[in-house]
Amino acid sequence: MRNPQLNAAGRLQHLLTLEELPADIVNRILDTAVPFVSVAERDVKKVPLLRGKTVFNLFFENSTRTRTTFEIAAKRLSADVINLNIGVSSTTKGETLLDTVDNLVAMNADMFIVRHGQSGAPHLIAQHLSATGRAHIHVVNAGDGRHGHPTQGLLDLFTIRHYKHDFRRLTVAIVGDVLHSRVARSLIHGLTTLGTPEVRVIAPQTLLPTAVESLGVHVYHDMRAGLSGCDVVVMLRLQNERMKGSLLPSAGEFFKHYGLTAEKLQLAKPDAIVMHPGPMNRGVEIDSAVADGKHSVILPQVTFGIAVRMAVMSMLAGN
Amino acid sequence: MKIEIRNGRVVDPGQGIDRKASLYIAAGKIAAVGEAPEGWHANRVLDAAGLIVCPGLIDASARLREPGFEYKATLESEVAAAVAGGVTRLACPPDTDPPLDEPGLVEMLKHRARSLNQAHVYPIGALTVGLKGETITEMGELTEAGCIAFSHADAALVDTQVMLRALQYAATFGYRVWLRPQDVHLARGGVAHDGEVATRLGLPAIPSFAETIALETIFDLVRATGVHVHLARLSTHDGVARVRAAKKAGLPVTCDVAIHHVHLCDVDIGWFNSHCHLVPPLRGLRDRAALRAGLADGTIDLICSDHTPVDDDAKQLPFAEAEPGATGLELLLPLTLKWAQEDGLPLVTALARITAEPARALGLAAGQLRIGDDADVCVFDPDARWIVEPAALKSQGKNTPFLGVELAGRVRYTLVGGQIVHEGA
Repeated sequence: MRNPQLNAAGRLQHLLTLEELPADIVNRILDTAVPFVSVAERDVKKVPLLRGKTVFNLFFENSTRTRTTFEIAAKRLSADVINLNIGVSSTTKGETLLDTVDNLVAMNADMFIVRHGQSGAPHLIAQHLSATGRAHIHVVNAGDGRHGHPTQGLLDLFTIRHYKHDFRRLTVAIVGDVLHSRVARSLIHGLTTLGTPEVRVIAPQTLLPTAVESLGVHVYHDMRAGLSGCDVVVMLRLQNERMKGSLLPSAGEFFKHYGLTAEKLQLAKPDAIVMHPGPMNRGVEIDSAVADGKHSVILPQVTFGIAVRMAVMSMLAGN
Repeated sequence: MKIEIRNGRVVDPGQGIDRKASLYIAAGKIAAVGEAPEGWHANRVLDAAGLIVCPGLIDASARLREPGFEYKATLESEVAAAVAGGVTRLACPPDTDPPLDEPGLVEMLKHRARSLNQAHVYPIGALTVGLKGETITEMGELTEAGCIAFSHADAALVDTQVMLRALQYAATFGYRVWLRPQDVHLARGGVAHDGEVATRLGLPAIPSFAETIALETIFDLVRATGVHVHLARLSTHDGVARVRAAKKAGLPVTCDVAIHHVHLCDVDIGWFNSHCHLVPPLRGLRDRAALRAGLADGTIDLICSDHTPVDDDAKQLPFAEAEPGATGLELLLPLTLKWAQEDGLPLVTALARITAEPARALGLAAGQLRIGDDADVCVFDPDARWIVEPAALKSQGKNTPFLGVELAGRVRYTLVGGQIVHEGA
C-alpha cells in the first residue's frame, strides 16, 4: 500500500504521520524551517508563500496552543485562516465529519489542519478527498487520538537538531504517559527515521502500550536508570483524568517515581536538554526548578513550532 | 416438479461422498443420487458438468437486521443475498432492536421469512431479557416460537451468577446456548487486537486473554451444569488451545470462527481501514495460523459468515467510531474455497465446515444430500472468478474488507426444498 500522505511522484501531499515518512522529506522540512525562524525576528513577519490560499483550522478537540501556532504560521505565510472549533466529535451533533469537510471544500478550502479525538480521523479525511477527486486539497494532522501529532514530532526534532546537531550519536529518553501519547509516537518514529541509536521510554507498565519495543525503543521502569547518560529528556503531559484511577494511584506518587527533578536530571549528561510539549503540569511530571532551569528548552520549542508549521504548510502548498 | 442436476461433482461431506453423479429431485426431496429412479422423467434438467453439487450451505450466524435496523438491511435483501451465496439455512443472533426476547417477535420473524420462501431462517433467542444480563428469558416459549438456541450475542453478560442460572435453566430442558467468549472488563473500549498494530496506530486494544479468561469461566460453568455450549467467534491462538484441551477432556462444547478471521489479521487494518473493524477484533498472524490449524483438525467445528450489513454512513467514520462488522453471506463460499485451496485441504473437508458441521451444532436434520432429505442444494462453479464490488452483492450491506478482491467460486443454482430460488450467471 502506498503511503497515503505521498502523491504519485513521492512528494508530500498530506502530513498525516511521521511513520514511514522518508528521512529526506523529514530533513527537507527541518531545513525549510530554519529561515522561517528568522522571519519571526523581522519587523514585517510575513512572507507571501500562501497568499490567496485558505486554510481551515478544523478542531474537533479543544486546543488553544496548537491551534494558535498553526494560525500564526498560516498568517505569516499570508494565508487566509478560518478557525472552526467543533469541540465534540461530530456524530452526536448530526453532521458527520465528512459532511463538515465537504461543506468546507465547497467554500474552496486549500488546506485542512485537523485535530480530532479519534485516531485515524485525518487519514479518513485525506482518503475521502482522494476518493472524491479532490486530492489537491491538503490535510495536516494536528493531533489524532493516541495516534500521531506529526508537527509536534517535527518541532521536537527541530529543537533537538538545533541544540545537538547530529541524531546519530544521541540517547533520548521519553518519560511518562506513552500509552495515550500521540506526541511520543510521532517523536519515536521521527527519531528512529533519523537514525537515533538509543531511544528510551520511561514509565510504569500501566502507561506503556503493549509491544512498545516494536517501535524501536528500550523500556525502562526505573527513571534513574533510564535517565542515565541521556542527551535529551522529553517529558510527556499527564492528563488530569489519568492521575487517579486504575492507571495510577495518585499524582503525588507519579511525581515521586516519574517526575523530573534537578536531582534526577543530574544522572543525564551535563549538557542534556529538557523538553515538554506543553501544557505542563508543574509538580506532576516536572519540577518548576527544572522547567525554568538552564537545561530547559521548552519555550524555544514553542518558537520553533511556528517555523516548522510554516515549513510544512509551504512545502505542501508547493507540491 | 422433478429436477435433474446432471453430471456434476457431488460433494456431500456429511456422507463422505465426492464423486461425479447426477442428482434427482422429486416432490421437494432428494429422490436419488447416481442412478435415476424408475420411470424418471425430469421437468427440468440443470447441466452441472464442471460444477460442484453440494448441500445448501448453513450459516450459523447472519444478522438480517430485522427488526429495528431496516435502514441497514431487510429480510428481503438479506435472504436474497443468502441464496445468491448458496446459503439455504441460516441462524440469526438476537441482537436486533428490540432483541429477540419475546415469542411474538420470533414468530413474526419466522413468518416473514417463510413468506419470502427462500432460505430458512432460524432465530437464536436472547438468553436474558433485553440482552441486559439480568433476567432470563422464557426459553420454553421462545423455543416453541421457533428459537433453536439462546445467546447473548455481543452484549455484555457481566453477572456470572446470572450466567450460571441461565445455563442451569437451559441444561434442565436441553436447550443449546451460544456464548461469545470475551471478558467484558478487559474488552472495555477496545477496538483492535492488543499488539504492534494497535500500538502503532494508537487504537484502544483488547488483549488475547480477554478471550481465554472468558473461556475458562464458561468451561467451569459447563462442568457445573452439563449444558451444551457453542463458543461463538473464536479469535486467538490461546483460545484455540484451550478449546482443544476442553474437548479432549470431554466437555460438551463446539465452536466456530468467522470467515474473515480465517483470512485476515490486524495488519490488514493498514491505515485505519474501517472495514477491518470487526468483533472480535482481527488478531495477529500467529492467531490466524492457529485458527486455520484448529479448523483443519476439527477443534473448530464450523465457519460462519458472521454477516453484519452496515450502512455506508456508519463505516465512513474514524476507525473506532465506525460500526463494526462485515457483510459475508455471499463471501462465505468463495472464502471457504480460498482457505481450502491455500491450505491444500480436500473440498469435502472444507465444505463440511459450512454444511454438515453447522447443521450438527444447530441441531438441524439438514446439511446433507440423503435420499428423502429436503432438497436444499447448492450448485457452484469453483473456477468462476469475480471481483467483490458493491454492484456484485445482493446484500444491502456493501461493507467488506474484500472490496476489490478477485475471488473464485460463484453459485450457479440454489435450491430450497426442491425449488430453484437462485439462478446465477
